[in-house]
Amino acid sequence: MGTILKEYSYTPAKIHRGYSGKSLYINLSDLRIEQKEVTEFMKEKFTGGKGFDLWYLWHAVTPETRWDSPENEIVMSVGPLGGITQYSGTGKTLVCSISPLTDIPIDSNVGGYFGPLLKFSGWDAFELQGKSEKEILIFIDGNNGRIQIEEAEEYPDDTHLLAEELTKKYAENEDDKVNISVVCTGSAAKHAYMGMLNFSFYDPRRKVCRYKQAARGGLGTILQDKKIKALVVKYRGVKPNLNDVADISTINKVGVKYHKEVHDLDHKQNKMRQIGTANTVMIMSQYDLLPTRNFQTGGDPEAIKISPEVFINDWLTQGIHDGCWYGCTLSCAKCAEHFLLKTGPYAGQRVPVDGPEYECAAGLGANLGVFDPEAVLEENFYCDTYGIDLISFATCTAFIMECYQRGQITQEQMGGLDLRFGNSQAVLELMHQMSRGEGFGKIAGLGIRKLKKIFVEEFGADPKLLQDIGMEVKGLEYSEYAHKESLAQQGGFAMAIKGPQHDESWLIFMDMVNKQIPTFEDKADALYYFPMFRTWFGLVGLCKLPWNDLVPADNYKTDSPAKVPEHVQNYVDIFNAVTGKSIDKEELILQSERVYQFQRVFSVRMGKGDRKDDYPPYRSLGPVTREEYLSRQELYDKQLRELQKLDPETMDLDEKIAATRRYREDQYEQLMDAVYRRRGWTENGIPTPERLKEIGMDLPELLEVIEPKQ
Amino acid sequence: MIKVNTEDYPWHAGMTVRALLDEKQFTFRHIIVRVNGQFVPEEEYEKYPIQDGEDVLVLHLMAGG
Repeated sequence: MGTILKEYSYTPAKIHRGYSGKSLYINLSDLRIEQKEVTEFMKEKFTGGKGFDLWYLWHAVTPETRWDSPENEIVMSVGPLGGITQYSGTGKTLVCSISPLTDIPIDSNVGGYFGPLLKFSGWDAFELQGKSEKEILIFIDGNNGRIQIEEAEEYPDDTHLLAEELTKKYAENEDDKVNISVVCTGSAAKHAYMGMLNFSFYDPRRKVCRYKQAARGGLGTILQDKKIKALVVKYRGVKPNLNDVADISTINKVGVKYHKEVHDLDHKQNKMRQIGTANTVMIMSQYDLLPTRNFQTGGDPEAIKISPEVFINDWLTQGIHDGCWYGCTLSCAKCAEHFLLKTGPYAGQRVPVDGPEYECAAGLGANLGVFDPEAVLEENFYCDTYGIDLISFATCTAFIMECYQRGQITQEQMGGLDLRFGNSQAVLELMHQMSRGEGFGKIAGLGIRKLKKIFVEEFGADPKLLQDIGMEVKGLEYSEYAHKESLAQQGGFAMAIKGPQHDESWLIFMDMVNKQIPTFEDKADALYYFPMFRTWFGLVGLCKLPWNDLVPADNYKTDSPAKVPEHVQNYVDIFNAVTGKSIDKEELILQSERVYQFQRVFSVRMGKGDRKDDYPPYRSLGPVTREEYLSRQELYDKQLRELQKLDPETMDLDEKIAATRRYREDQYEQLMDAVYRRRGWTENGIPTPERLKEIGMDLPELLEVIEPKQ
Repeated sequence: MIKVNTEDYPWHAGMTVRALLDEKQFTFRHIIVRVNGQFVPEEEYEKYPIQDGEDVLVLHLMAGG
């Protein structure tokens, strides 16, 4: 055991109606530990979860704060519904900080046990500020009201070793391990800006620690910069009504109804219990949405090699409960057991691999041209244990590969790595370099935005081409959906507040296939409703997947099946039953919009939250290269004829590419105008005082930021 | 000619819902089909006829990701 640096005793607050009413603050610089009151104002305006995180973060930082400033915080909160066990997907923690990739607030949601156990230990939210001089770990004993900060230099860096060791250390015996959750990252997060956080949960059936990831935006990098080796919480005694809810019978009733849907329908719908989110890999390929070789195309015949059936039949354990919090019957956290590693420092060892989720198979598979399930699983494992956000890694590496194959950078400039599409060995070596902080791996870890500058300034690459093919907005790499033919999703990605992640909206089928939102105003309505609705999950501690990865059998009878109205009503009922409040589905959206607009103003305050920051790279909108145009020439020529009244027979290829680009860029401008109007923003993307007043968020500190920019 | 999700699509004699889904490569399992506003259950796709001029809606129920 390392030297104890600080001990702190507290009386765990009693939870009432989903809130403990207390938040925990720890300053790493001076080892100060304090508790704060969670006020009625906070509950009213920010609800919980991401709302609480952003409110605390706002007060911690200034416009000059950057990711590695001592005052930057990592804040996490599970929300008032977090920890109930009667419905699926009720253990989500939201983590926020100022991101090293974007310089604005990032939010990332994550399963695992840490958030609920933290709340049951008496804390609605947890702020970590300052920087430690030595590596430390923080242990919270929720049963005994004790917090301990100790030196942690001697522990391993990588998650699969560290979390196992800490779980064993703090558990009294094997049965006690389920009461422990660890938050940590890995060796690569010491060097790369795309470091992520692993949140553990102990799997008593497999007798191993499992992990979910708060992946986006470099949260692991910040944890390493603060020299926090791990956060550990221990709480023994999880049971159905620790939230002291107002109406347990309604929660039970809604929960039973939902679990019956899972039992009756999941095997007919998305097969979440068999394969999890990777069920969509082949669907995405068949609909031209699977990002392939840096988003150049939307699918590949070889995708069949990484299809759900391959993982189900050959790799993933079936028939074992795989929920990342108690009570989740959707059970999508899949695991490949006893996987034999072939490369890196753990070569020859057999390990459990959490996944692959869809983003993994699509990103580390198709987008890198790696159609080899074994290689995808090995990449999956090393991203997780090294603490790398696999989405940023995949999209960034795909960009590097295309730069290399188009002669923009050389093998020599990459330290000898032959990063051509499909070379999984080179991809894995890039990861291992990132872990060691060596060679080209260290440079790659900076992310696409910084790589574009380095490639242009130091390697002489073409800045226009790199801008077109570098799939990032605001500094964050795109998540793994090709979307050239969905204008609404182009906006859904590029106008997402934190950067292009699909957790705000996924409108591709509604827009591109169903043709349900044909006008700019229709698309703007969708880009209002869905981001607002989906924000709500992160305020209250819920997972999005049970909302629409399973739908009631009679959902087709509703006026708006894409919204899954019965499940929305479930959420309204559960919120009211936990908190004792009386909201309806309209107020649910209002709760979300308050936080959504707050986050936009926060980005404006940090200097990056207006129109200029909402433009996508052109590859998001259309074909950059001749090969891309030719890959769907029939479609693009048809669009020239029907949408622009041009005759493609009289145009050469470059003229057709240029005409397509002019049209699509103009469409995107018009979409921005419509979305900004719908969201109550100025033409420059700034929330208006009038809109903030309408939703009760005309707080003086917000008006101070936006009024000079009206 | 018929309409499929608001867009013109060539009709041919003997067209059924299943044939249309195959032609359009609508392979996603989780869909709703309506012909002239009438819901068509999945078990009727093979035989349900589509007539010239009809308005077909094939709603793909995924707003997730």
